[in-house]
Amino acid sequence: MNMSLAPILEVQNLSVALPAGLDRRLAVDGVGFEVHRRQIVCLIGESGSGKSVTASAVMSLLDKALTISGGKIVLDGEAITEATAERLCELRGDRMAMVFQEPLTALNPVMRVGQQIAEVLQIHKPQMSADAVEARVIELMTDVRLPNPALLMRSYPHQISGGQRQRIMIAMALALEPALIIADEPTTALDVTTQAQILRLFRELLTKHDSGILLITHDFGVVSDVADRVVVMRHGKVVESGSPQQVLTAPSHDYTKALIDAVPKFRFRPEFPASEKPVLDVRDLTLVYRSSSLFGSKRETRALDHVSFSVAAGETLGIVGESGSGKTSLGKCLLRFETAESGEIFVADKNLATLSGEALRHFRRNIQMIFQDPYKSLNPRRRVGASLIEGPVQHGTSRADAIERASELMELVGLKRDALDRFPHEFSGGQRQRICIARALAMEPAIIIADEPVSALDVSVQAQVLKLFEELRRKIGFSMVFITHDLRIASNICDRVAVMQRGKIVEIGPTEQLFCRPAHDYTRELLAATPGQGPRSERAL
Amino acid sequence: MTAIEQEYVPPVRPQSFIRRLFSSRPVAISAAILIVIVLVSVFAGIVTGSQPFQIRPRMRLHAPNAMFRFGSDALGRDVFSLVLFGGRLSLLVGFFVALVSAVFGTLLGLIAGYFRIIDGVVMRIMDGIMAIPGVLFAVALVSLVGPRLGTIVAAISFSEIPRVTRLVRSVVLTVREEAYVKAAESMGIPTPLVLFRHILPSCIAPLIVQTTYIFAAAILLEAVLGFLGVGFPPDIPTWGNVLAEGRAVFQRGPWTIIAPGLFLAVTVMAVNILGDGLRDRLDPKLSRNAKVAA
Repeated sequence: MNMSLAPILEVQNLSVALPAGLDRRLAVDGVGFEVHRRQIVCLIGESGSGKSVTASAVMSLLDKALTISGGKIVLDGEAITEATAERLCELRGDRMAMVFQEPLTALNPVMRVGQQIAEVLQIHKPQMSADAVEARVIELMTDVRLPNPALLMRSYPHQISGGQRQRIMIAMALALEPALIIADEPTTALDVTTQAQILRLFRELLTKHDSGILLITHDFGVVSDVADRVVVMRHGKVVESGSPQQVLTAPSHDYTKALIDAVPKFRFRPEFPASEKPVLDVRDLTLVYRSSSLFGSKRETRALDHVSFSVAAGETLGIVGESGSGKTSLGKCLLRFETAESGEIFVADKNLATLSGEALRHFRRNIQMIFQDPYKSLNPRRRVGASLIEGPVQHGTSRADAIERASELMELVGLKRDALDRFPHEFSGGQRQRICIARALAMEPAIIIADEPVSALDVSVQAQVLKLFEELRRKIGFSMVFITHDLRIASNICDRVAVMQRGKIVEIGPTEQLFCRPAHDYTRELLAATPGQGPRSERAL
Repeated sequence: MTAIEQEYVPPVRPQSFIRRLFSSRPVAISAAILIVIVLVSVFAGIVTGSQPFQIRPRMRLHAPNAMFRFGSDALGRDVFSLVLFGGRLSLLVGFFVALVSAVFGTLLGLIAGYFRIIDGVVMRIMDGIMAIPGVLFAVALVSLVGPRLGTIVAAISFSEIPRVTRLVRSVVLTVREEAYVKAAESMGIPTPLVLFRHILPSCIAPLIVQTTYIFAAAILLEAVLGFLGVGFPPDIPTWGNVLAEGRAVFQRGPWTIIAPGLFLAVTVMAVNILGDGLRDRLDPKLSRNAKVAA
């Protein structure tokens, strides 16, 4: 590594101005850092910290409304802040490349994946022959560990898995052997086991291609797994930077400390006393999605396959699993948004699975949902109060009582009473999720279904919402089915956990026992892939 | 709550909608022109003085002068009064067609978008209606029932309803999957309330835009009917009627068709420009504010 003393990327005192009328003047305020060869630099911060804007500035892909107001970006000795549009176009792809968060939307859906990789080569190296291009595509796909590249290159993006799509994106980024790869939350949309594989892949490629990676993330687990250097950002400024050991174990800035503290850790709840009478009793629930094509050939997908479990009064049951395991389908079934093929759902001694029409409508108050995305689960055109009392008033509570109860709930979830008169857009994501929790509680349901209620939130907010759940359980006590993909979060809040894989519950038991002594291979695999389990095991490369 | 969350500052309220809408000069001018045309049509009686349709056989086809501001027609009537009074009916037809097709189209669109079982039937009927040429249907209906305001409005609305239905249905299809609609359903809110409280408000913006276009199209179609002689009877002035009567003499008195034609063209263009302005402001994907916030 003696040849690479000069950094690949040098960002000096970079400032990016926001248009007038927003909450702050600069999106990025005097940020500086360096990326060296064979180095992974992690840019970490919460939403609104300016980390993505910094990356866009380096790629010169800033939104039109944003302008670089000061500073310098130097790529391999060339100041790209002064480069012409043509030169920038050459640099992108050739000297630097970007990997996006959502591999499904970043790939062209009507183009074969091999062709998309080839396109990069054809544009930047028109002298290459068609055979040479194809050989290079296969080589690249082998590099990113895609199975059977010759066959896979003829598939369309929707025919391959999320992890494979992300590998295609990385192969595209690598096509011209750029000196710098910028990866914006490359693993956030992926399952934990896939995430672990992709991060390992980054480390390998770095050594092979002798390039540098700027990795943008919000996850300290990812940082501790792969980073060589960490830059912590907040409100557009760098608050701290250094080696991961130093930043993670001895953070000097309060904000970094708060962030690290907020990262969910495995922490088990005291054992839940066994009780005889379940609030929710699910027996042999089976859900089959059928799709028939034009020519009558039918396809069946078993989303739920003879799922049985029960939830006791006051208990929280976690449902964990990767995407496609059927956990969201289970939630939809419990709420009767989907009608199960067979099986029973007993809530308060009534079989929810067979109710219909008016009876179902009246019964629905007994089972309430908290959704993943707090930005979409409140009607943006109605005041918070109106959303909160709508349900109770419908079920016969008087308006005055409903409003009184709603303001009590507002205080209970940590908001002020006057929040009822405001519109959802006046609240942050975390506050909105508090409102959603209050809305569910206002119905006084027998059981609450929470589908990934904290995964759309920043870590610090996540920790607060989890604490709120804990407090509310102590104060009013309710039963809950908590669906999550994050085992660390599940360990914080669930009394028991059910692990789902391909529509089946493969293991169910008290949280501590299940995580400390997993009986099923799949549970073990999930636990092993959870990010942030100490120093990098793959460093030896 | 700890300090981190309380620092959240809600986005600054943007400029008022009206101000942003009229910050574009063409839109502001169009709105001003429309207001003037509506006002002079409504108060046509005051503007034109007494006996607006008096027939003066000795003053046939006078060019515009102090007495006949837009000239006189083949019967010696004042074209200025004819155009202003004609504007009344034309605008009225436009307004009612927009209203009727918006109301019925919205209802059908809500039903088709929300109840998936009925969707196929409703939309195939709409496709069927769209296959019938609007002018032909209107001609047939008006000749059958007789030229009254109600008939003409019904005849023109009929072919405009499918456009509104399609638009509303497409919005409903996306909004019904939003979590807040699911939340309302899971609280046991009756379906009509879910439709009107939670889904309809999202349809309003595109609906306003579509309605302005229908307004313009209806004025045009009414003029076509008048021109073909199947609109209102010839003694009731509408822009179409005045144009039709002027057609026979336009080589000797071009002003008889220039004046109503100009009013018609300017009104339709102004309404369309206003519609474009509304679309640019109401469509969140094109709005400048939405882009910065994202």
